[in-house]
Amino acid sequence: MTEFRRQIKDPEKENQIFQFRARLLLLIVVVFMAVLFFRMAYLQVFQYDQHVSRSERNRTNVEAIPPTRGLIYDRNGRLLADNLPSHSLTLTRELAGDVEEVVGRICSFLEMQADCQATLMERSRHRRRPFEPALLLDQLTEKQIAILAVNRHLLPGVEISAQLLRHYPAGEAVAHALGYVGRISAEDLEELDRRAYSGTHYIGKTGVESHYENLLHGEVGYRRVETNARGRVLRVVESEPPRPGVDLTLHLDSQLQEVAYASLRGRKASLVAIEPSTGGILALVSSPSFDPNVFVGSLDDQAFTDLRNDGNLPLFNRASRGQYAPGSVVKPFMGLAGLEMGVIEPDMTMEDPGYFQLPNDDRLYRNWKRNGHGEVDIRRSIEVSNNTFFYSLAYALGIDRIAPYMREFGFGQQTSLDVLGAREGLVPSREWKRENLEELWYPGQTLSTGIGQGYWLTTPLQLATATAVLANKGEWVRPRLLQSAEGEAAEFPDAQARDPVPVMDPQNWNIIHEAMQEVLHGHEGTARFSGEGAAYRIAGKTGTSQVVSLSREFEQLPPEERPEFMRNHAVFMGFAPADNPQIALAIIVENAKGGGSKIAAPIAREVFDAYLTPERLAELEASDAP
Amino acid sequence: MPRDFQWKLPGAHLHLKKKEGLLTRIHLDGWLLVALLGLMGCGLLILYSASGSSMQVTLAQIYRFGLALVVMLVVAQVPPRYMRRWAIWVYLATLLALVAVLIIGIDAKGAQRWLVMAGFRFQPSEMMKLALPLMLAAYLSQRHLPPSWKHLGAAACILALPVLLIARQPDLGTSLLVAAAGLVVLFMAGLSWRIIFSFMVLALSALPALWWVMHDYQRNRVLTFLNPERDPLGTGWNIIQSTTAIGSGGLQGKGWLEGTQSRLEFLPERHTDFIIAVLAEETGLIGVTLLLALYLVIIWRGLLIAMSAVGTFSRLLASAVVFTFFVYVFVNIGMVSGLLPVVGVPLPLVSFGGTSSLTLMAGFGVLMSIHTHNSLLNK
Repeated sequence: MTEFRRQIKDPEKENQIFQFRARLLLLIVVVFMAVLFFRMAYLQVFQYDQHVSRSERNRTNVEAIPPTRGLIYDRNGRLLADNLPSHSLTLTRELAGDVEEVVGRICSFLEMQADCQATLMERSRHRRRPFEPALLLDQLTEKQIAILAVNRHLLPGVEISAQLLRHYPAGEAVAHALGYVGRISAEDLEELDRRAYSGTHYIGKTGVESHYENLLHGEVGYRRVETNARGRVLRVVESEPPRPGVDLTLHLDSQLQEVAYASLRGRKASLVAIEPSTGGILALVSSPSFDPNVFVGSLDDQAFTDLRNDGNLPLFNRASRGQYAPGSVVKPFMGLAGLEMGVIEPDMTMEDPGYFQLPNDDRLYRNWKRNGHGEVDIRRSIEVSNNTFFYSLAYALGIDRIAPYMREFGFGQQTSLDVLGAREGLVPSREWKRENLEELWYPGQTLSTGIGQGYWLTTPLQLATATAVLANKGEWVRPRLLQSAEGEAAEFPDAQARDPVPVMDPQNWNIIHEAMQEVLHGHEGTARFSGEGAAYRIAGKTGTSQVVSLSREFEQLPPEERPEFMRNHAVFMGFAPADNPQIALAIIVENAKGGGSKIAAPIAREVFDAYLTPERLAELEASDAP
Repeated sequence: MPRDFQWKLPGAHLHLKKKEGLLTRIHLDGWLLVALLGLMGCGLLILYSASGSSMQVTLAQIYRFGLALVVMLVVAQVPPRYMRRWAIWVYLATLLALVAVLIIGIDAKGAQRWLVMAGFRFQPSEMMKLALPLMLAAYLSQRHLPPSWKHLGAAACILALPVLLIARQPDLGTSLLVAAAGLVVLFMAGLSWRIIFSFMVLALSALPALWWVMHDYQRNRVLTFLNPERDPLGTGWNIIQSTTAIGSGGLQGKGWLEGTQSRLEFLPERHTDFIIAVLAEETGLIGVTLLLALYLVIIWRGLLIAMSAVGTFSRLLASAVVFTFFVYVFVNIGMVSGLLPVVGVPLPLVSFGGTSSLTLMAGFGVLMSIHTHNSLLNK
């Protein structure tokens, strides 16, 4: 059978077909091998550049090394802003395996609240590239670190890392002056140089921290590292160290700042103290305040929300941004204007009937003492804060002479060099009213301006500045916080120097200074109880800033019985020692149960006493002697 | 046998120059042996680099190569006529093993492919790459060629059975390779062009239907092949990283042991299926060309042997062995360089892996047996 089949097979034909097809196969092989070759050549020659850069991007990572933020000291070298090591917990999703489970374990190990799981899962997604560790928890306690370390084997992809966090040892007392740093927000990102901040998580949000952000931040360093596919750093290819931020020294006296903050006793109030010789801000206090450390590190928004929703506005910097009618504290400035412009003479007196009347007008503009102070001159009218005298003076000067002269003292202008967000205030004038209210100026408004009411607005910082200029007898010093940076005295090259307040007769300064001393030391002085027993002479002036024009109903009531929002603000400004001013300050207490003399002046005395210690006074005497 | 008749034997006019040397006496072909040893040498160098300078992996591969060479030597001693006689038993045994895999096989990566026998793990599907062409060649060589419809039907059954069994594991790559090995036997047996073309048309039109029977991971592979950037960190990762590795090698490569893509572990499966990417990255187009040239020499030589073989069985078997080897090379390099979807096909004699190099070398043993026993005929 086999033989038979062999016979009918046609080996020649079979072989022909086979040989032909074998050649075909060889051709197919050669063609396909050529295809492979050209494919490889295409990748390796034509697309070479593209693949090389991709492989380089794979291989190396540029890691930013954040600079250490500059420290901030007060004038006595006390640390106001420090960097403390803090431990945080990060998670790399790629390494965690089951992210949800790992997060669950973290929450249960640390006995966190119920929403922990959701919050941490959300945070684990906040990152810019794969294999980047995401920040889960911040400011771990020693105990938490220990718990996590023990359970390390159950937490793949979880790392505890240490970094420096801003810390404010003085806490809430200096919060408004210093400001604080916070996490870089989406809005911040739009404005700042992303490269410079590539390793930084915090940025100055307010105050000195924000104004001097450029100095404090320093320059970012970097290192180019080779990593493997799992993100592990294998070696450093090249690196450049960061340049730390500049250390700043402020004019602030943190002890004085603390005394001042305490003296406000949690009231809605603010205080600014300036060194008249330099313009250095010794204290800038706004109360109530907040703990700036809450903003650093904490990932918890609740604290911030609470502060923002607080009706007493603890986040609001009253000292530089609160605008109030100055009240009677403008009287020394008005008096000087009157003397300078020859409207009054130092010994000119007038009889106060308890009110002032404009010609052809029935309305009575009342003194605060209903039946008047009797015979008053410029000195006595400042001492007892007589309104009638200043109504009459203002009427005689006219708004067109008052407004420009008040601006000489910085009213209605922002004069500070580095107080972030300081407001301008407002000195009303004929032009201002026409432009902004489209109304004519009425003579009655000149009278309210004369006693610092009406449209006039000032900030405590502005009032303290004007007081310093007054103490300097017209010499201008623009208020500033920064004393020196990295040991070199601060310069403000862009700041325009201000000309001294023009005076014809320098003697006029003395008249005003003397009158202001009588406010505290005279037997009729409105703040005489605050001047008692001082080891030095204080020049000052009390004031009451009207909140609204009081309706008759409330006017009848003593201040402490009025509803709080209807109560007037208590104001005080002054400097000491009167003959050699070392400190000029302004205080405004909102909705006080009493005027400047009862509420604000005692605070001033406390602050003066704290600053003008017996030692300092002795020093002054010594340096004066020769 | 008279000498003039010898020249009328099929393929005799192509007969290679005979050398009565030691190699011929032990039934080895010099060209093939040198090219294979060269390939193995290159493979070991690249494997050493791809495994992260692991001497352990390299030594394991050396042992396997040693074993494979022994297998080749043993197979080469078996005259083709015995192979034809045993073909049916080899085929049936392998088929049985395939059935066993489905029942008691070991899971690996979601597919049952392995069988453990006497402490050895092996893949019956790999053995089928040799057993199927052996069986088909034996069957068809005893029939009138080109095959009649009846014989074609029987051959189709012989082919379809193992292919379907392997596809069930599921192991698409191997089942396609096995099918290719069987089909090339049919092709070389003189399957008419009409049938070939109608089959191709049928296969092309059946492609969409294939989508429905594919497993999810297979579908993903196809989608990823069409657009690797679809999921660059997931299914697209392999192909993106491998083309990046190849491309960044450039003309000269980054140097042996200096490939960043592989050393830094961006390249997956770098010492198995994707090993060509390591070679391309470290030795550049020059190394790739050298490797392709080695493969071409082996295939060329193999086809030459097939063309000069005496007897239908030998010719069919030899051409199937060579062509299967070529399909391996093409599918693997095509897949790693992004020309083909990802299928699990190793690069012959370079990738780390046991069973595949054993079957391949057994195949080359067959080739050498065909060649040298042919020559011995001439004496």
